[in-house]
Amino acid sequence: MIGLNKTVLLVEDDIDYLEQMAIILESFGFNVVTGESQKDGEKLMETTTPDLIITDLMMENQDSGFILAHKAKGLYPKVPIIIATAVGAETGLLFNVDTEQDKSWLGADIILEKGIRKDQLHREINKLLKL
Amino acid sequence: MSTIKILVVDDEPGIRSGISRVLRNYTVGYPFLEDDFNFELIEAGTAEDGLDIINKGGIDLVLLDNKLPGMQGMELLDYIHKQSLDIAVTMITSYASLDLAVDATNKGAFNFVPKPFTPSELKLAVESATKHLYLKRMTKRMSTQGKQLRFKFLSVLSHELKSPLNAVEGYLQLMQQKMLGNDIEKYEEMLSRSLDRVSGMRSLIMDLLDLTKLESNSASREAAKIDVTNACRLAIDSVLPIAIQKNIKIICTPENEPQFFTMIGGDLEIIFNNLFSNAVKYNRENGKVLISIDASDESLFISVEDTGIGIAEEDISRLFQEFSRIKTKATRYISGTGLGLSILKTIVDSYNGTIKVESKIGEGTKFSIQIHNSI
Repeated sequence: MIGLNKTVLLVEDDIDYLEQMAIILESFGFNVVTGESQKDGEKLMETTTPDLIITDLMMENQDSGFILAHKAKGLYPKVPIIIATAVGAETGLLFNVDTEQDKSWLGADIILEKGIRKDQLHREINKLLKL
Repeated sequence: MSTIKILVVDDEPGIRSGISRVLRNYTVGYPFLEDDFNFELIEAGTAEDGLDIINKGGIDLVLLDNKLPGMQGMELLDYIHKQSLDIAVTMITSYASLDLAVDATNKGAFNFVPKPFTPSELKLAVESATKHLYLKRMTKRMSTQGKQLRFKFLSVLSHELKSPLNAVEGYLQLMQQKMLGNDIEKYEEMLSRSLDRVSGMRSLIMDLLDLTKLESNSASREAAKIDVTNACRLAIDSVLPIAIQKNIKIICTPENEPQFFTMIGGDLEIIFNNLFSNAVKYNRENGKVLISIDASDESLFISVEDTGIGIAEEDISRLFQEFSRIKTKATRYISGTGLGLSILKTIVDSYNGTIKVESKIGEGTKFSIQIHNSI
């Protein structure tokens, strides 16, 4: 696989999902930096400049992903953020970021349901990174 | 008409009297309630005075300024949170920053009203806090009746059953797509993680069976005089394979001398299995497990001490909640269902017993259990 020379910061507290996502993202040609908590994510943001951030929603706190997204937008306003969550499937709550207003207060560019197909994920990422 | 007692803690007398004026004749009602609420106001100029008033009891809602002379609003919030008082706190502050809001939310603050606020903003905030209080108390009442608890249990349970399935399914898909190439060795890690998750799921099902037994009150739950030392030996045997792998020594005092206590045999088995498997799982290589048993006609005392990773003080109170697992770097690869200790507590409670946990991070944990003869 040809390297894209782009780095994805992946934050997820389920180590199996983290491992699987990392393998998939590497197969897309990304360098992947991983963290297992909101705290990890915040620390990693200080040392690496990612081209894309993918984070889980509920980690130490129920809103960890939102807080991380908020802080990331402060540091890197141009870096797209994906929040990957199973919250929809499990609670029936719907989050979306269809309007600019939602985007501005949620801090995320898209919210994806976990378990999304590999090719779908690839498409969404390419769209965000304009690849 | 029900009355909500509001404590206003603010060092500016103008704000306090303003709030009192706005709320004195205010009432709220909800379509789902027959009763309306009105408000009784108590004022405090410092957090110290507020604390005294709270400790006297009866306060439902606190409108709390953060910037105060002496003790700060956040400290008072922290106190209310730590004591798990049944009080809703709404912060009223002019120095609202995101960090403060996050901190306050983590400490259980219900809402934030930035100063300056209009009377209608204040009313709206008080209305939503009242609703929150009412619903919280309602939920509490339902949960003591077991209904809410059951619902939560089932929804967490389905999550706990689904997450290993998702993990295993994910690994299988990656393997099917040969994501790491054709070298079968490269998939070792995926295979062993999958097997771990499957065995975790099996232990969860075993724990659920334990729970079902406890709750079914079937005929098999008959108390009998049991040789506790012997039961202990049998339980040690079942954790021995893992103990040997990690070279952990298990020492039981007394070693052989029979000791008798009258209780349900299955209960004792579950107590021992839970305590011993934790003491081994969370232990270090070459560690030790010290078990001591003391039975009399009236009571049974069991203590199990390990030389393991230990539990942080703030985590101890969460240990016995269903599905709570303490997440740290040290526990990430240790599989557990999060049910064991809550089952243990259910059993100990049914014998009017007590559980004491002493622990030091990096040094070990000691569980001491005392149960009483219920016959």
